[in-house]
Amino acid sequence: MITNFVIPRFQLPGFIAGIGQKLPQWPHTLALVGALNAALKFRLLPADELGALEGKLFRVRVLDTGGEANYSFSGGLFRPVLRPQREPDLAFAANLSAFLQLLARQEDPDTLFFNRELEITGDTELGLIVKNMLDAVEWPTPPRLPLPGR
Amino acid sequence: MPSLPDLVCPAGSLPALKAAVDHGADAVYLGFKNDTNARNFAGLNFDPKGMSDGIRYAHAKGREVLLAINTFPQAGRTADWQRAVDNAVDLGVDAIILADIGLLDYATRRHPQQRLHLSVQGSATSYEAINFCQREFNIRRAVLPRVLTLAQVENVIRNTSVEIEVFGFGSLCVMNEGRCWLSSYACGESPNTVGACSPAKYVKWDKQPGAMETRLNGILIDRFGDREPAGYPTLCKGRFEVRGDTYYALEEPTSLNVLSILPDILKIGVRAIKVEGRQRSPTYVAQVTRTLRAALDALLAGSERYQVRPAWQSELAKVSEGSQATLGAYNRPWR
Repeated sequence: MITNFVIPRFQLPGFIAGIGQKLPQWPHTLALVGALNAALKFRLLPADELGALEGKLFRVRVLDTGGEANYSFSGGLFRPVLRPQREPDLAFAANLSAFLQLLARQEDPDTLFFNRELEITGDTELGLIVKNMLDAVEWPTPPRLPLPGR
Repeated sequence: MPSLPDLVCPAGSLPALKAAVDHGADAVYLGFKNDTNARNFAGLNFDPKGMSDGIRYAHAKGREVLLAINTFPQAGRTADWQRAVDNAVDLGVDAIILADIGLLDYATRRHPQQRLHLSVQGSATSYEAINFCQREFNIRRAVLPRVLTLAQVENVIRNTSVEIEVFGFGSLCVMNEGRCWLSSYACGESPNTVGACSPAKYVKWDKQPGAMETRLNGILIDRFGDREPAGYPTLCKGRFEVRGDTYYALEEPTSLNVLSILPDILKIGVRAIKVEGRQRSPTYVAQVTRTLRAALDALLAGSERYQVRPAWQSELAKVSEGSQATLGAYNRPWR
């Protein structure tokens, strides 16, 4: 089990984003949507707050990899949106290290936001609902990250 | 040596409650999922089932659960707040933190065995006010507003048998607890009425080239350069133009941090130290709880040997709003 491993703050070299932007965006979009739907299936997300997500368009952008995932929530499922026709209702943007730190619950989203490492734009209340929803999830086991070094 | 003050930590969710308990809180405080508490934000707080689970978890490890009902009953809806008190008693919380005098009266008459604390929102800053609440409502503890110097806190403690709880860490409010209407000025809603300061639906973060603008119901609160730390979108922490100068005219975004005066807090007999932040994530709760736990435990080796470790300061500085810390009123020269 990972107990002492700390995800450092890092930024990938600029050329990576340049390449990443040109790569297809569907593989990580499908992976993210698949993970979210798995969380739904295991009832990790609170049912009473999911209603607020209905019909909303979300975008997660990883700045230093050039990766981007757009997805929506409708009819009780997260769905990939490969060609969004409008601006998202809620958008998150950060470097890969910040997202990893968030996922591993190593850093607090407000901390990253105060320090300008996490950008949240769009519908602020929707952002707060999503943030609090993820905070309230009791992960079955501590999230493990496929990273080297124990 | 006086006994260590209790470490009272915030919980906006079950994982946050567990983080507090697991990292050394003596007590956690929380609220219901409605406007009876001053952190009534979307997706935050506890339904009865979650609270029941949380109480069981904390009690199994010998920790206390304090429930904040710290907003003021709105006209025609007093029964909602009274029901919250009844529910809290039924759930078996160790104490209820109340601000409104009418509710304190209701709680002490209806549930004379229930331990009651006077909330910081009750704005009692003198021992006379605290002793009045003890006499009338049998409060066992009062949380002091963040306006008193350490000497003034000591004076209060010397003149009351009510336990005294003070803030030890967290974002600072403008010093007008329980009476602040700044948020209502901008958007018609404030902590004392709807349970939320600067509710998210009025907040807009606007990304501009080279800067980010924060608006509250259309009012420009602040503009941050790309490398500048940001703060909460509240009027009190905005930068405004006053007579040609643009600056934090009311208050700077900053966090209270009492690590450096912990031995004094112990010496004067403070019964509990509170951490702000029910709106923060389980990660924040874990980080702050374990840091203050380590500092408090270091006091056990003797106050004279106590030294603030750089690692504690950097951990707390990292999670601070505005990335800076202050002793607030505790070390002001005023009397």
